[in-house]
Amino acid sequence: MQESAKQKATIPFWRDERILNILGQVVFIIVLLFLASLIYQNMKTGLAKQGITLSYNFLSGIAGFDISETFLEYSRTSSYWQAYQVGLLNTLSVSIVGVIASTIFGVILGVSRLSTNFLINRLAAFYLELIRNLSLLVFLIFWYLGVFLKLPRVREAVIWPGDIFLTNRGVGIPWGLPTDSYPTFRLILLIGIILSFIVFFSLRAYSNRTGQAPLTTLWTSLTFIITGVVGWLILPEKPLFFESPVIEGLNMSGGKVLSPEFMALTSGLVLYTSAFIGEVVRSGILSVSKGQVEAAHALGLNSFQTLRLIVFPQALRVIVPPLTSQYLNLIKNSSLAIAVGYPDLFYISNTIQNQTGRAVEMISMVMLTYLIFSLITSVFMNWYNQRIKLVER
Amino acid sequence: MRKTLWFMSMLIVVSLALAACGGGAPSGGGETVTVVETVIVEVTSSAPVVVAPTGFGVTLEAVKARGNLICGVNSQVPGFGYIDANGDFSGFDVDYCRALAAAIFGDASKVEFRPVTAAERFTALQSGEIDILSRNTTWSLVRDTELGGNFVHTTFYDGQGMMVPADSGITTLADLAGGTICVQTGTTTELNLADVMAAEGISYTPAVFEDADSTFAAYAENRCDAVTTDKSGLVSRRTVLADPSAHVILDVTMSREPLGPMVRHGDDQWFDIAQWTVFAMIVGEEFGITSANVDSIKTSATAPEVLRLLGNEGDMGLKLGLDNDWAYNIIKLVGNYEEVYNRNLGPDTPTYIPRGLNSLYTDGGLLYAPPVR
Repeated sequence: MQESAKQKATIPFWRDERILNILGQVVFIIVLLFLASLIYQNMKTGLAKQGITLSYNFLSGIAGFDISETFLEYSRTSSYWQAYQVGLLNTLSVSIVGVIASTIFGVILGVSRLSTNFLINRLAAFYLELIRNLSLLVFLIFWYLGVFLKLPRVREAVIWPGDIFLTNRGVGIPWGLPTDSYPTFRLILLIGIILSFIVFFSLRAYSNRTGQAPLTTLWTSLTFIITGVVGWLILPEKPLFFESPVIEGLNMSGGKVLSPEFMALTSGLVLYTSAFIGEVVRSGILSVSKGQVEAAHALGLNSFQTLRLIVFPQALRVIVPPLTSQYLNLIKNSSLAIAVGYPDLFYISNTIQNQTGRAVEMISMVMLTYLIFSLITSVFMNWYNQRIKLVER
Repeated sequence: MRKTLWFMSMLIVVSLALAACGGGAPSGGGETVTVVETVIVEVTSSAPVVVAPTGFGVTLEAVKARGNLICGVNSQVPGFGYIDANGDFSGFDVDYCRALAAAIFGDASKVEFRPVTAAERFTALQSGEIDILSRNTTWSLVRDTELGGNFVHTTFYDGQGMMVPADSGITTLADLAGGTICVQTGTTTELNLADVMAAEGISYTPAVFEDADSTFAAYAENRCDAVTTDKSGLVSRRTVLADPSAHVILDVTMSREPLGPMVRHGDDQWFDIAQWTVFAMIVGEEFGITSANVDSIKTSATAPEVLRLLGNEGDMGLKLGLDNDWAYNIIKLVGNYEEVYNRNLGPDTPTYIPRGLNSLYTDGGLLYAPPVR
């Protein structure tokens, strides 16, 4: 106390706002760490009292259960860790299919909602309002028990044109099996990708040089598609052999059978999320002021050019951030798979937890995995958001 | 607010070990105060991590202090644990909880039933949310050790079975090759199914569901060619299918399934009470003591073991930490093993299961209780 009296000229540290600010943060961090360690210790003693110790070694043990849908080699003698990976890939596949399909469907919905055609407009509005106000869980169970399990039995399968089998054991679709010429075809596709890159960059260079705005995306994708089609046609043997499903014994075999669980989960998630994406798209388009459109027309741009060059780039900036959170929602909502029996990450870790009693370990792993999924998605979407922001000149 | 300020300043003092003057809280740190305050709220909300009572006698003490027993039960298997038409819990496993409450309180109604799913049951027991798990749970090594539980005694000897639609023409497991089988997750059944099918070399697809209701709903929708669980479970769930006669249980037994109540590790007294409740019911049946005649037997009995059981002689109940008429109360208020069995699974019930292995050893079954002495 004597010290501060000596240094009258300087502000004492407890009144110095800069020091106090830093001090406050340091204290905050220390308190936070202290609490975290308190909770951790508490958990450890709690578990120790019950004779349970934290360890992830159990993951190498034999799982002992079977899983209905796997992308990996898996059997009952595989390890818990392999079972976890199976769940991880199942979640990823649902998420990827879900994100792509709900984006396409959502954009169509959003644009329909703004259509000047009364019928389209009203139908889209009805759909959006209906779906957005349902509970997702109820919606999924409806799709599972009410739609996909109500399809006819295997022996009375409904066959749609294109050899699509509808049964309550799943939807069977023809599936391409690679033939001898498949490696060559893959090479042609690679050439297609290179060609489309060349087209993309030369068109962009042309655009920068002349100030014209060529249809870059269209020509790029057309280049790729045309290369693919030409490659398909010139190869003497078709690179893929399409095998249709057939009914054999108790189930379908051949082709690809999409289980009712997968179908219910993806269709439920896609239809639900697309309703939200539809609203996001609509709000994005509406956010571009009418003056912009009028100005574009005044400059002599036609409607298509206005949409492509004026409205869409500006709308995108409004659309992307909420779209990101819809994607994140979809990924996280896929854990509702447990309600329809689809073996996703959460479901399988639940089973593992239950067979091993390792609740803390499994929950922490699942939380970490979903966190990583979500962070990757948002990092990518933020990067995209930054990129489209730079369109401003 | 005063207290918070004081607490906050103490934290600063302690954590940074600063030789600050004892004058009190810094006056300029308004921002800091708010921040730390939020943290303090967090402390109160997340600090009380429930640690299950363990150690000799702790559970009985806690149950008595609470005034009722919390019993983790099934709510989806008629005959074992089910919510009946009146909205009451009923069933074989449920009656065991009532017997335990009768032994402790002399009142069979002092039970709170808490429905738990197969997947959450062990966590509920470990965390102390329930005092005892009585939910057709199979006794296995892993559950006895790693899952932190002790199985009290087998109350129902069961085996895993397979149910198929009667018109499917399936009679053996081999007929199920290439088929789909509905099973519930987190059960020994799920593991046995994989074991048996692998051993017999039959390929199949599992369709796994979270609880009994969704498993059998999917089976009813013909999602699967067969459904598997304990035979008792199949018999019981068949009664709630739309047309019970359209389903047959195959004549195969895929495993041994000893079902019984489970308690936490660490409290031997509680384990003893739970175990002797089962034994009292078995001994009751062996001596023909029923809820109807227990009063007259109590006054007229001469057999020393009966006198000890009913508390006329010795202090058996006190040794368990209970009243001396603990077994009298169990039989009087709930009944002996046979009564409980017949009430829930007997010939007059829709969930009739012949007693088979669950008969007294004198009738060729496996029920055998140690002597009450």
